[in-house]
Amino acid sequence: MDLLRFATAGSVDDGKSTLIGRMLYDSKSIFSDQLESIERTSRDRGDEYTDLALLTDGLRAEREQGITIDVAYRYFATPKRKFIIADTPGHIQYTRNMVTGASTADVAIVLVDARKGLVEQSRRHAFLVSLLRVPHLVLAINKMDLVDWSEEVYESIHAEFVEFAAKLDITDLAVIPVSALKGDNVVTRSSNMPWYEGPALMHHLENIHIASDRNLVDVRFPVQYVIRPHQNRSHDYRGYAGQVAGGVMRPGDDVLVLPSGLPSRIASIETADGPLAEAYAPMSVVVRLEDDVDISRGDMICRANNQPTVSQDIDAMVCWMSDKPLRAGHKLAIKHTTRNARALVKELHYELNINTLHRNSGVDDLKLNEIGRVRLRTTSPLLADEYRRNRQTGGFVLIDEFSNSTVGAGMIVGAD
Amino acid sequence: MVENDKGPRYNLTQLKALESEAVYIIREVAAELERPALLFSGGKDSIVMLHLAAKAFAPAPVPFPVMHIDTGHNFDEVLEFRDEMVKRIGVHLVVGSVQEAIDRGLVQEEPNGSRNRIQTPVLLETAEKNGFNALMGGARRDEEKARAKERVFSFRDEFGQWDPKNQRPELWNLYNTKVQVGESIRVFPISNWTELDIWSYIAHEGIKVPSIYYAHRREVFERNGMLFGVHRFCTPHASERVFTETVRYRTVGDASLTAAVRSDAATADQVVAEVATTRITERGATRGDDQVSEAAMEDRKKEGYF
Ligand SMILES: Nc1nc2c(ncn2[C@@H]2O[C@H](COP(=O)(O)OP(=O)(O)OP(=O)(O)O)[C@@H](O)[C@H]2O)c(=O)[nH]1
Ligand SMILES: [Mg+2]
Repeated sequence: MDLLRFATAGSVDDGKSTLIGRMLYDSKSIFSDQLESIERTSRDRGDEYTDLALLTDGLRAEREQGITIDVAYRYFATPKRKFIIADTPGHIQYTRNMVTGASTADVAIVLVDARKGLVEQSRRHAFLVSLLRVPHLVLAINKMDLVDWSEEVYESIHAEFVEFAAKLDITDLAVIPVSALKGDNVVTRSSNMPWYEGPALMHHLENIHIASDRNLVDVRFPVQYVIRPHQNRSHDYRGYAGQVAGGVMRPGDDVLVLPSGLPSRIASIETADGPLAEAYAPMSVVVRLEDDVDISRGDMICRANNQPTVSQDIDAMVCWMSDKPLRAGHKLAIKHTTRNARALVKELHYELNINTLHRNSGVDDLKLNEIGRVRLRTTSPLLADEYRRNRQTGGFVLIDEFSNSTVGAGMIVGAD
Repeated sequence: MVENDKGPRYNLTQLKALESEAVYIIREVAAELERPALLFSGGKDSIVMLHLAAKAFAPAPVPFPVMHIDTGHNFDEVLEFRDEMVKRIGVHLVVGSVQEAIDRGLVQEEPNGSRNRIQTPVLLETAEKNGFNALMGGARRDEEKARAKERVFSFRDEFGQWDPKNQRPELWNLYNTKVQVGESIRVFPISNWTELDIWSYIAHEGIKVPSIYYAHRREVFERNGMLFGVHRFCTPHASERVFTETVRYRTVGDASLTAAVRSDAATADQVVAEVATTRITERGATRGDDQVSEAAMEDRKKEGYF
């Protein structure tokens, strides 16, 4: 059985949490005591029906306000797959939490309220999903029960979205009309919308092909930890522990260690269970080399004919997540793969208008929840790939050096 | 060469994917944090975590100590298991004792006898005394609705408190481990595992767990719809009838509050089959204390609990 991670997205109140609740409920993934507990809460609040959103809105403040504040993770399995769900908040104030949930997703489900159509926040989230390069997108047109299951409404929102999505980088799109509240096209196909011939959402999620989303071409192995037992028995042992970030590695492969550029060969790939014939993402393994080269955390093992760019000058799209705006001249800590460095913001090229995708180059700062393109100069070189080629070696986070909070998410566009 | 349990080519099975993620997280803690410790109680989740830690650094030893907050209300089998596993893996064990903290007045016994809340100050004190600035815990997001909201690297202020409305963004597998002096981080490497994953992994890896996790005959009595084993910390009232039943424990927390469940599952594979069809959560089935309030767990976490 394999593992699929998906995240919800879309504007506040469009029904994300209700959809997840419905999915869990109709797939019989809810435990009886959980159900009793939310039934009791709903009854005590005077809800007309059991609010399935309570299955994910677990914080006191969320229940009081009826909104999602932070990502909830839920789990369920069908005979085909195990699913990890990230139910993210729609409110703009919590964009950083949405980004957190979507960053690791294989699939994003963007919900739209059929009565309202695409609103600014739906576009923003669809854009973020494409920026984060979530490989598969589902547009769920929700609350179809409130528009008389109208095919015209579905068609018009579908068309509007396709037009908007043409400007984004979306490789796989499915559009499904649903009612999260009533369950139509969530786990079982709806009889209220005979005009819709596609699958229910669950069927779609069970069958999305994700194996080819991973990069199996570019060998990338960021060294995370050097294993040296310091025991007499294994005195000379030296192994480089890490998680494969791309490509397929095999013993005998000629490799290169960056940033030093020293060549070597893979002697063995080891795990506590024994040696492996090959390793690929996202396996955590220990790589041993034939030569005694000096390697430490933050270095990267790759192939001579296929290397990331070694550079201190990085161009990237940044999603800014702090109240304190980002400006040229700021210094921040940066974490990229297993490397830590400091970064100076050399230039803010432009801020991107999420609605029109227009580039505003006249701006001098990037405010909370804004997205823009920046140029960074780092204190030590990064081993950088374009984010579009590799989410692991193309993404970084920016950390405020005084508060230590994570203030920016970066996606590398280029390095030189 | 071992087979690496892949499903279709270049696709990891879900257990291997979860293992790989947990190993990555544990290594990240060891690489970036100065003095981490792993919380180890002898319960199944912490056993799996210690097993993962041993795998993460093999053939080198686990490079950090383990810590147990001993409520004093233990199942003997679990405590024996704790000491046996610590010896087998070869890690240093630090114990913080709730009983001793009561005796010297750091905390006060609660009227209902539960030591769940009062173990928090002992946890914070023991961590501080030993200079631990990162604690790895075996909490899982599927356990409880407040846990479902918590980051893998959960930042705590100088009072050990969790602020659920102000969590750090956590993108990809890039974990921000920076803390100021006095602040600390809790790390949950098995956040994404479910109870079923834990048992599937125990079965797959042949991991040993305390005997009371498997079906055995025990004298029990019923209270609040749950079956409690007769134990020196958990005795029936005069009105409660004692009888013998085949049971097992789904969780092994505080012995005065943890209930058993009727079960014939005598092996890990049988437990997997049982857990796959169960209709009630492990906390709902076995914890006398979590039902006190709707937001009991969130409140305890805000006070510094795991
Ligand atoms: N009629 C109808 N109402 C729905 C449907 N889906 C959700 N709702 C209602 O819409 C309201 C908002 O639903 P939520 O699931 O909390 O919305 P959300 O998208 O999770 O909101 P945030 O997480 O705060 O962004 C609730 O009152 C739901 O009952 C639907 O398909 N039909
Ligand atoms: Mg919600």
